[in-house]
Amino acid sequence: MSNATAMPQSHEEAHEHPGPSTYIKIALVLFVLTALEVLVYEIGHGGVMRALQGTVEPLVVPLLIVLSAAKFALVAMFYMHLKSDGKLLSGIFVFPIILAICLALALIGLFSVVFLLVKR
Amino acid sequence: MAHADAHALHPPTSTGIESRKLAIWTFIGSECLFFASLISTYLVYKGKSLVGPLPHEVSQCMLHGKMQQCEPMFEIPLVTFGTAVLLFSSFFVVMALNGAQTGNRKKLLTWLSLTVLGGLFFAAMQIYEFTHFYHKGLGYTTNLFSQTFYTLTGFHGSHVTLGAIWLGTLLIQAFRGKLTPDKAVNLEIAALYWHFVDVVWIVIFPVVYLMR
Repeated sequence: MSNATAMPQSHEEAHEHPGPSTYIKIALVLFVLTALEVLVYEIGHGGVMRALQGTVEPLVVPLLIVLSAAKFALVAMFYMHLKSDGKLLSGIFVFPIILAICLALALIGLFSVVFLLVKR
Repeated sequence: MAHADAHALHPPTSTGIESRKLAIWTFIGSECLFFASLISTYLVYKGKSLVGPLPHEVSQCMLHGKMQQCEPMFEIPLVTFGTAVLLFSSFFVVMALNGAQTGNRKKLLTWLSLTVLGGLFFAAMQIYEFTHFYHKGLGYTTNLFSQTFYTLTGFHGSHVTLGAIWLGTLLIQAFRGKLTPDKAVNLEIAALYWHFVDVVWIVIFPVVYLMR
């Protein structure tokens, strides 16, 4: 038998969600991070600040990955409420993301080998 | 807090989590793998096209029945603006949810309307982009880039469209006064889907448009 009571439940979900002021701050941070992404792209490919192109160009991909991951985490934690909701929901989201990253790396690695063999 | 009480009211479950909320999270988990496959496929075939048009480079392509020089496809400013609109629509929907949970009807209607408009704008931008690309010689079967690009962004666009329709139905309910605080979880579930669509674009935008 389940130990659930007949009363409406609250223990998992009654956590406080962030308020509008937090949502506004996160929106501004997301906006700035998106602007930074485009700035990194433009500098890296000689669109603006050409003096910095040589320095930034090799860093474009790692910087974009870091900025994108930061935006992803902010939306998941604050807008999707994973920071305040139960750990079960975080697990349901994080586990497939880990699987997805493994899947992506496996596919890219596998096809890199295939393309190398085809070239030979 | 009113909103904490409002979304705590649901029938008993063994996990203590509203069943529909658990279901949408499980669905979102499966969608992560779906989009990971599409993004991986795009990356695997990146740079493998034998003919143009290409995303960032001038190339030789077949246009109007003859080989000619084609301009790069991507228009970064337009897509950046669309990305910002989609990001802000995620902000709009959490504000709408806050309005629904606290019983603030005006706040709910305003922010939810903006969310739907943001979603429709993004979908319209993508339709414009696809049409524009098609007229510049990039059909679905033109090259490996076109196939992987249209499949990935097209599936994302269809998710945005579905999300906008879903939120639109909730907006109609809200206008009729039927989206009361005790039913705010209906909006919370749609909002979770909407945020997921947003985070997928957070990955697609740099991977497809900004990484050469």
